[in-house]
Amino acid sequence: MQRIGVFVCHCGTNIAATVDVKAVAEALSHEPGVVVSQDYQYMCSESGQNLVKDAIKEHKLTGIVICSCSPRMHENTFRKAAAAAGLNPYLVEIANVREQCSWIHKDIATATDKAVILGKAAVAKVHLNAPLTSMESPVVKRALVIGGGIAGIQTALDIAEAGFDVDIVEKQPTIGGKMAQIDKTFPTLDCAACILTPKMVEAAQNEKIHIHSFSEVTDVKGFVGNFTVTIKKKARYVDETKCTGCGLCTEKCPMKKVPNEFNMGLDNRTAIYIPFAQAVPKVATIDPNYCLMMKTGKCGVCSKMCSVGAIDYKQQDQLIEEKYGAIVVATGFNPIKLDKFDEFAYSHSPDVVTSLELERLMNAAGPNGGTLLRPSDKKHPHTIVFVQCVGSRCDDEKGKPYCSKICCMYTAKHAMLIREKYPDTEVYVFYIDVRTPGKNFDEFYRRAVEQYNVHYIKGMVGKVTPKSDGQLDVQASDLLANEQLHINADMVVLAAAIEPDKTARPLATMLTTQMDTNDFFTEAHPKLRPVESATAGIFLSGACQGPKDIPETVAQASAAAAKAIGLLCKNSITCNPCVAQSDELMCNGCSSCEKVCPYGAITYTDKEFRMPDRTTAIRRVASVNPAVCQGCGACTVACPSGAMDLKGFSNSQIMAEVDAICK
Amino acid sequence: MQEAMISKAKALLADGTVTRVIGWKRGEFVYDVTPAVFESAQELDEGFVYDDFTAANVSKYLIKESRKEGKILCFLKPCDTYSFNQLIKEHRIIRENVYIVGIPSDGKLDAEKIKSKGITGILSAQRDGDTVKVETLYGIETLPLADAMLEKCLSCKSKKHVIYDELIGEDGEVIDSDRFDMVEKLENMTAEERFEFWRSELSKCIRCNACRNVCPACSCEKCVFDNPQSGVENKAPADSFEENMFHIIRAFHVAGRCTDCGECSRVCPQNIPLHLLNRKFIKDINSLYGEYQAGEDTTSRSPLTNYDTEDCEPKIVHERGVE
Ligand SMILES: Cc1cc2nc3c(=O)[nH]c(=O)nc-3n(C[C@H](O)[C@H](O)[C@H](O)COP(=O)(O)OP(=O)(O)OC[C@H]3O[C@@H](n4cnc5c(N)ncnc54)[C@H](O)[C@@H]3O)c2cc1C
Ligand code: SF4
Ligand code: SF4
Repeated sequence: MQRIGVFVCHCGTNIAATVDVKAVAEALSHEPGVVVSQDYQYMCSESGQNLVKDAIKEHKLTGIVICSCSPRMHENTFRKAAAAAGLNPYLVEIANVREQCSWIHKDIATATDKAVILGKAAVAKVHLNAPLTSMESPVVKRALVIGGGIAGIQTALDIAEAGFDVDIVEKQPTIGGKMAQIDKTFPTLDCAACILTPKMVEAAQNEKIHIHSFSEVTDVKGFVGNFTVTIKKKARYVDETKCTGCGLCTEKCPMKKVPNEFNMGLDNRTAIYIPFAQAVPKVATIDPNYCLMMKTGKCGVCSKMCSVGAIDYKQQDQLIEEKYGAIVVATGFNPIKLDKFDEFAYSHSPDVVTSLELERLMNAAGPNGGTLLRPSDKKHPHTIVFVQCVGSRCDDEKGKPYCSKICCMYTAKHAMLIREKYPDTEVYVFYIDVRTPGKNFDEFYRRAVEQYNVHYIKGMVGKVTPKSDGQLDVQASDLLANEQLHINADMVVLAAAIEPDKTARPLATMLTTQMDTNDFFTEAHPKLRPVESATAGIFLSGACQGPKDIPETVAQASAAAAKAIGLLCKNSITCNPCVAQSDELMCNGCSSCEKVCPYGAITYTDKEFRMPDRTTAIRRVASVNPAVCQGCGACTVACPSGAMDLKGFSNSQIMAEVDAICK
Repeated sequence: MQEAMISKAKALLADGTVTRVIGWKRGEFVYDVTPAVFESAQELDEGFVYDDFTAANVSKYLIKESRKEGKILCFLKPCDTYSFNQLIKEHRIIRENVYIVGIPSDGKLDAEKIKSKGITGILSAQRDGDTVKVETLYGIETLPLADAMLEKCLSCKSKKHVIYDELIGEDGEVIDSDRFDMVEKLENMTAEERFEFWRSELSKCIRCNACRNVCPACSCEKCVFDNPQSGVENKAPADSFEENMFHIIRAFHVAGRCTDCGECSRVCPQNIPLHLLNRKFIKDINSLYGEYQAGEDTTSRSPLTNYDTEDCEPKIVHERGVE
């Protein structure tokens, strides 16, 4: 006979304000098998837990139901409490009467009814719970960092510092990310290269760090502590182990008209190239779309120039497989494309540029050697208009609904740097509002206004029209003065919204991690677990999780590293015992389950069976590797015969819940 | 055709390629043609039948037969080869133990349909172009072919054999059939009309299990309807809801695996158009995940046990659910 205890939590007023907790406890006390039903203000507090523990001992409970917040919040807390009182932790069920009830209902009567129903379902389920025991699984002491921007670099350095091997997979020929393209950095205005490149070199020189540049992750299998990852090293047609990065080939390459992506297409590079002088690894890469040798079979200049014989026109993509205990995602961001913002004439005039393009135009290693010149005629601009929030905080599908967070600060930076270097240039900034929270940030912005006399105008630019004299007519409204403005500008700079890298979504699918509707990776808890993904063993670093500036990125990168190190330090981890199991007598061996298992946990064996008609037959049957299974339950749904079942969430348990709800 | 098949079977038995032959034999009436296993030339001469009433798909029998000693010869019509392939894909048939001879089919006759036209005492049927001449105890009756042919043949999807060791006759092509027309009609009904349609059809079910037993996709070692633990175990057809659930559960179970062989509707003694449930699934799968024909090959993954980033989002259920 089951002896079940029910514990209804008030969660302060979180639950109790909308759910009549006493009535719920009363109603559930009449459910079959329930011997004690109580309510308490904070069930998760020490005294709340003691109440549960005492009841388990006093009433010799065989199962407990906690009506409280989501199991993601406190299931573990109550499992531990049960274990401490001698009850198997898997005999605990949580009825979520907060997130799924009190928080979403206004009417006390309906919310109370629903809470009772949720409680009944949990009681019906706990009747069928079986005690489960966890197993241990070993941890591979190596981490993978996907993305080699400042986030990925910092995470890798910290993990390596703790003594673990770490691989960086970067899809570009060099690590560095967006920070490598930036000129100077707010709020201190130190040069990005001066603070980034030493870190890049440190990463390259650290013997614990292995950089796979020009590479991509193509497959991820396994689970926390034991991921198997396939990395595609894309053919760069240059032998990385031989190339010394002398750059002779890039000087002699006759194909000189390739848009230079590092300089945002503002100048050209050669078909064989090293993105920039401080690239890491400093290895040349051939762009097969432009290489004459590869397109026409005639040329081979680089091969002749290269004294170490590193050029290999026949190089193939190479797949390597490696095991990792932890994975950190650091795939960063990109500015959005501006093709939907015709009003700003971005596609019509070379003098309308994005902020990232401006970074290159102002950079000493950029196309103009650091002198700010108009792209169209290479003349010094005297009037520059900045437009903020281009595509940010946008309520139609042209742009993004969120604030890109970094634009107010970098625009202030740009305005200030220009006024500092070219005091004869008038700078206008059109803004919706200026958002500069952060240490020394508002002071920074005020310096732009007060000390550098940047004209900050509250209002949006309506239209930018290129004129026949080469100037740009900027039509805008000044909301504070309530007047329409026309500014005759030499250049317009657009603070384009930022979005996650396009490869993030397929990557999330491979990693079975979650993303939000904007494709930013979702953290396990927005406040309490900001650098972990909801998938165990996968951590988040930098702008791939949400818009961030460098200080925040680096803080998060180190935090993600700390979490990864915490995992790698363990020799083994406790596995979730709620795993799938197939009933061999019912299994058809059809492979449906194996096909849907995202973790590759299912294999097949041919076994001899005694059949009901007294014959023996060899049958192909599924078996689940409990160390690999993550208990997602995909297989149980795919199994046509119902042979596959999930411990702790068995078909009969779920049916019992449904029945209890429908009763 | 029957003669050619018998001599092929004899030759394969004689040279030791196979030890048994699965074919068909006649029962009490001319149109009672059911699968049977033959082990010798003599048995073949005595009982092997292949005619216009030979519609049964033998693929499912090979689950058991291919696990026995020795190789078995089977004759597969184009539609049967899809079922066979699907069973190979599901690891249910041991391919090495089966020798397949593909046979052409230009459609089979439906005795129930003929009888429904008031023709009884059927002795034989002769096809003649667009008509069928039926010899009965009471004389000769002629009716249009369309009135005598099985539904599954009228909306034939393919005359191509997707798997075989050898063929008798020429292979055909995949056909651009109108098999989804009726599904579309049902889709265009209001929810109430559709509910009424299915209510009235499914309430005829006597739960004889014929559809399940004949279905090549229903090949589970232990069917959920026979499993006391499943909660949907075989029950007397007492409650109409239970009955409706039976067919819906079955349709879900075979979704993505049903090749649309049409056997369910062919064997239903109550003439319930069960194939329409399966075709609705097939049509939805085609439109949501791209064209997919179960059993077309042995390796491709059914969209329902596959995931790719192009897949529709679950909210489609809601969107489609709104009238
Ligand atoms: C115009 C502009 C000016 C800025 N100025 C400042 C400033 O002055 N101060 C400041 O604090 N911040 C500034 N920022 C913000 C700063 O750039 C970001 O905070 C920082 O770059 C975020 O680093 P990250 O590593 O997360 O992303 P990223 O720099 O975007 O790096 C991500 C890396 O991952 C790689 N990657 C992406 N997908 C994959 C994949 N699937 N596989 C492998 N590799 C992949 C990318 O190639 C890239 O190298 C500025 C941003 C812009 C746009
Ligand atoms: S529950 Fe099934 S599908 Fe999910 S991981 Fe375990 S074996 Fe694989
Ligand atoms: S899906 Fe079910 S029947 Fe098929 S192999 Fe897996 S456990 Fe066996």
